[in-house]
Amino acid sequence: MTTLASISRRTGTRFVSSLPALLGVVVFTFILMRVLPGDPAVFFASGPNAGKAEIEEVRRLMGLDQPLLYQLALYLRDIATGNLGRSLTTGQPVLADIQQRLPASLELTFTALVLALTLALPLGIAAALNPGKLVDHAVRFACTLGVCVPTFVSGLLLIYAFYYLLGWAPDPTGRLDIFAQAPPRITGFLLIDSLIARDGTTGLAAASQLILPAATMALFVLAPLARMTRASMLAVLGSDFIRTADAMGLSRARVVGVYALRNAMLPVLTIAGIVFSTMLGANVLVEKVFSWPGVASYALDALLASDYAPVQGFVLLMASIFVVVNLTIDVLYGIADPRIGIE
Amino acid sequence: MTGEATINAAPLLEIENLDVTFATRAGPIDAVRGVSLAVARGEILGIVGESGSGKSVTALAIMRLLDRAGRITGGSIRFRGIDITKLGTTDLRNLRGAALAMIFQNPRSCLNPIRTVGDQIADTLRAHRPLSRSAAKARALDLLAGVLIREPEKRISAYPHELSGGMCQRVMMAMAMACEPDLLIADEPTTGLDVTTQKAVMDQLAALVRERGMAMMLITHDLGLAAQYCDRVAVMQQGLVVETAAPAVVFSAPSHPYTRRLVAASPTPTSTVASLSAEGTAESRAAHPHDINSGNPKGVIPGLVPGTHGAAAEVSAIVAPWVPAINAGMTPVELDQRGTLLVPLTPPPLMTVANLVMRYDRDITAVAGVSFDIGAGESVGLVGESGSGKSTIARIVCRLIDPTTGTIRFDGADIGAMPASTFHKATQRADIQIVFQDPGDSLNPRFSAFDSIADPLRRLKGLRDGMALRTRVLECATRCGLGPELIARFPHQLSGGQRARVGIARAIATQPKLLILDEPTAALDVSVQAIILQLLDRLRREQGMAYLFVSHDLNVIRMMCERTIVLKQGAIVEQGQSAVLFTAPTDPYTQGLIAAIPHFEPGSATPPSAGRRRLG
Amino acid sequence: MTTSTLNHVAYVLRGNLVTAAAAAGTALLIAVAILGPWITPYDPIASNVSIALQPPSFAHWAGTDQLGRDIASRIIAATRLDLLIAASAVSLSFVVGALIGSLCGYHGGRVDRWIGRVVDILMAFPLFVLAMAMVAALGNRVENIIYATALINLPFYIRFARAEVNVRRNLGWVEAARASGNSHFQVVTHFLLPNILPAMAVQISLNLGWAILNAAGLSFIGLGVQPPTPEWGIMVAEGARHITTGKWWLVAFPGLALMLAVLCFNLLGDGLRDILDPRMRT
Repeated sequence: MTTLASISRRTGTRFVSSLPALLGVVVFTFILMRVLPGDPAVFFASGPNAGKAEIEEVRRLMGLDQPLLYQLALYLRDIATGNLGRSLTTGQPVLADIQQRLPASLELTFTALVLALTLALPLGIAAALNPGKLVDHAVRFACTLGVCVPTFVSGLLLIYAFYYLLGWAPDPTGRLDIFAQAPPRITGFLLIDSLIARDGTTGLAAASQLILPAATMALFVLAPLARMTRASMLAVLGSDFIRTADAMGLSRARVVGVYALRNAMLPVLTIAGIVFSTMLGANVLVEKVFSWPGVASYALDALLASDYAPVQGFVLLMASIFVVVNLTIDVLYGIADPRIGIE
Repeated sequence: MTGEATINAAPLLEIENLDVTFATRAGPIDAVRGVSLAVARGEILGIVGESGSGKSVTALAIMRLLDRAGRITGGSIRFRGIDITKLGTTDLRNLRGAALAMIFQNPRSCLNPIRTVGDQIADTLRAHRPLSRSAAKARALDLLAGVLIREPEKRISAYPHELSGGMCQRVMMAMAMACEPDLLIADEPTTGLDVTTQKAVMDQLAALVRERGMAMMLITHDLGLAAQYCDRVAVMQQGLVVETAAPAVVFSAPSHPYTRRLVAASPTPTSTVASLSAEGTAESRAAHPHDINSGNPKGVIPGLVPGTHGAAAEVSAIVAPWVPAINAGMTPVELDQRGTLLVPLTPPPLMTVANLVMRYDRDITAVAGVSFDIGAGESVGLVGESGSGKSTIARIVCRLIDPTTGTIRFDGADIGAMPASTFHKATQRADIQIVFQDPGDSLNPRFSAFDSIADPLRRLKGLRDGMALRTRVLECATRCGLGPELIARFPHQLSGGQRARVGIARAIATQPKLLILDEPTAALDVSVQAIILQLLDRLRREQGMAYLFVSHDLNVIRMMCERTIVLKQGAIVEQGQSAVLFTAPTDPYTQGLIAAIPHFEPGSATPPSAGRRRLG
Repeated sequence: MTTSTLNHVAYVLRGNLVTAAAAAGTALLIAVAILGPWITPYDPIASNVSIALQPPSFAHWAGTDQLGRDIASRIIAATRLDLLIAASAVSLSFVVGALIGSLCGYHGGRVDRWIGRVVDILMAFPLFVLAMAMVAALGNRVENIIYATALINLPFYIRFARAEVNVRRNLGWVEAARASGNSHFQVVTHFLLPNILPAMAVQISLNLGWAILNAAGLSFIGLGVQPPTPEWGIMVAEGARHITTGKWWLVAFPGLALMLAVLCFNLLGDGLRDILDPRMRT
């Protein structure tokens, strides 16, 4: 129908308008690589004891003796063909490394987001429906506290409590116990793969490894989500059309569930997009704490080892994920809010 | 639900000694104090009053829709014999929307923005009737057709933002009528709508109520509206009902002093600026029908009143006289036989605007080729409904924004050629000043009244802090009726009327030759409006300023302006002497506008208007 | 400004002990930051392996770390650096952001739309990653942490100032200021900025907490401040190695310091919001 057409048109324009941003990130990472200390040619030559001639040869092969703009064009061509360079630390092409490690990061992030949303929405709604009551104060207190604890501290304290003290959680390193057998790789998501392989033991093992890092990250984003839900729900409950619905004698369930909630979810949707990208950033910290073999820890290790191709690849990946997430949010928003086509 | 004879004897709704208290930071505030009212079946009761009178609170109390801070602290509200104040939530929900319905001000925000209007009407139906989804939809379609929405099949799946304000109010009416309630409460249902839309909506609302034998409670600040549509009117002031009677009685022979003041302050087709204050009540005006200067006898300088010959004599006597100070370079102006203004012969007009066009982006044309003159010391009115471009013209003429094309000549200079962004440096800046609409938004919240008035003096007259500046500011403030004790206050410490005065004092501080007034009283209560209009009228005489008075209120324009320009969608449809234009409009659009103004005639006991049914 | 404002502040503080406590806590933090070197019980960087990894005791009430350094002293000594980084970053982004944002919001038009879009994109981008990349590119130094933190804060200030100015630009008093002979620039600096300043103060307070977390996060992953300089993030990172063996105090105390600092700023921000506009309480 026309709504569908307007949503797709809007999504199309949004995609086109996000291309400059993507290009900007590419150019940024390119410049980043050029200003970083160290000579890329030395990295890509056979080793630190490579001869001067060999380095010069590598430099020529990599096009580093060409003008900067020409190099940029080469770089763009490389990206377009999926060539993100080679990592020094792993010796693998960056693209392959990222493909190998991305599911770990995504599995963690999605689990955390689902966890956070299932907790934050009911809490925020409950608080908004009982303003000034005990539940409201409790939620507000938890939210205030939640944004104050850095992920790396809460992660470590969770390890202390559930691994060291209680012994409930497994050794907090990696996605699977070293003795466990990984399921055949299909999606790369361990939970899904073990489900496909009907391997309950592995699934459980993977889940028990996942729960602490996911909880750490969920705790971090719980507060902004619950806060936004509460604020937006309160604002909607105080609006004129809710008074109208009450004046027309609609049932409480209908007023809250259909009239208030659907409207209140619109700003929450926007925040969820921002929260998702915050989580992508927070991944760096959480993956480090839990030795999680994801893309963020990969990029961090590379960064600390002055291995820049993976860092570039990582930033590019983040930018692409960010574009996809924003487009998804846009489409969802377009479906949820009929007013959007007007603007 | 036919009323049984026994119930019929008792009123449908009976409010007794109702008290409503709001808990505020400053302690409890009694918003409604011992109000007693009754509405009979089939009756339309009007509740009139200014802001803070407690009229809306009373309505919300009947629906039990007061917000958390408000509480019914005393009295009873009996509807069909049941005390609403004691009902539980379930009973209340069964009552609301079914037997007791309410429509509100600002209809667009009162509808769920992300649900189709058809679904919203169906929601109301299904809340009270065991209807299937499709049956409810079909009934909603009937209801939309019933409130005269064109192409209801199409509109039923529209969202509120796709409908105009008037249409949204019709949808609200359809929802309220859905379950055929016995009583409809309409809280300022047409405030914010254009006057022609207001008339259409109100006519229809009244017709529907009559047709179905319902009772209605119409809450409004507009006495004209109450007079035209109500059987009985209750006047509220500060939480009290001060007077209840038939409109003809209330408006022709008000017994309470507050009602008397309110009636006097409400502009009617015959009122004049002077008659707006309580002293100029109906009796005194009847005695001196043409003595329009009774409020300001010293302002009359007969030798300069123009056009005192021929047919125009009577016209000019009715029009507020055109009497600027002698030193303002007043020029005589001639009127032709029909009373239209001839071009002043000797010096050129103060301002000449020619072919003004304002286009936004590509599509939207706010102003489409407007030309007019303003003579020195003349008062010109600019009327039109929303979207007519009147405020845009005011801003262009004030050189706050640049037009797309067009010339503006002022006092011999082509000020249209100077870009608005640098006009603050032009010598003419001090000569053209502006007064804005909302007195709450027109003052910098971080400036005291003194700073607000001093700002143009500092910037445009180069005055430095010191005695001279202080004297000038105090002089301007006093002239606008602001005591020296108010001068150090910040906007939030001033009342609406006081803020309006500060805005005016700021505008006249540089002694401008042309003052632009953009809806200066639109946000004020009528009694405050009356005082501000009298102030503006007096200032014009004293300072010899020309006015460009922008308003949607035709009565105000008629009182304040010698000449009126009627705008429609960015173009002039008619212009001429106010006295002529308002008594014998030639353009059908103007005729429609004037006919749509709800009015009452003070001093004459008019029979109830057509369509009013005698009570059984 | 006036007694009524003071009364209002007093009213809010009386009714809201939490805000008063937050204000007191912030004052304490600042005092510790200033007095740091004089009130540490031990030398924060003097190691003594013989007393390494001791749990909290009377002598070392927050315990000792893997090099036998007194954790309490290190936490106290780190306050100045952490607050300094956060305060400089926030003031930098506030000054630049408020000016750009209010000029954009007032001017409107194509430049404004363009900047608005860039800001939206920046805000939705994983900012921590951006900061990480920047510190890596500019070099592992404290001032680069400040620049990176300032840069990732900038979009929030621009957006906030822009929105605040945008709702006011068409109000009567702004147009009246033009009619009173003020230039566009004067309208922004003399009229709009003073009006949005209180709302910005809330933002600054909330942002200080965020900046502290951010800087600590960067040093936690080994960027920016380098050991042995005492800094809360580094202390947590050093303690992380010992958490699986149950040496909780290495992480818990610097973590607590971080949390309390952020909590104070956040509560103060919320309190300020209440003082400015009770309706906005969330």
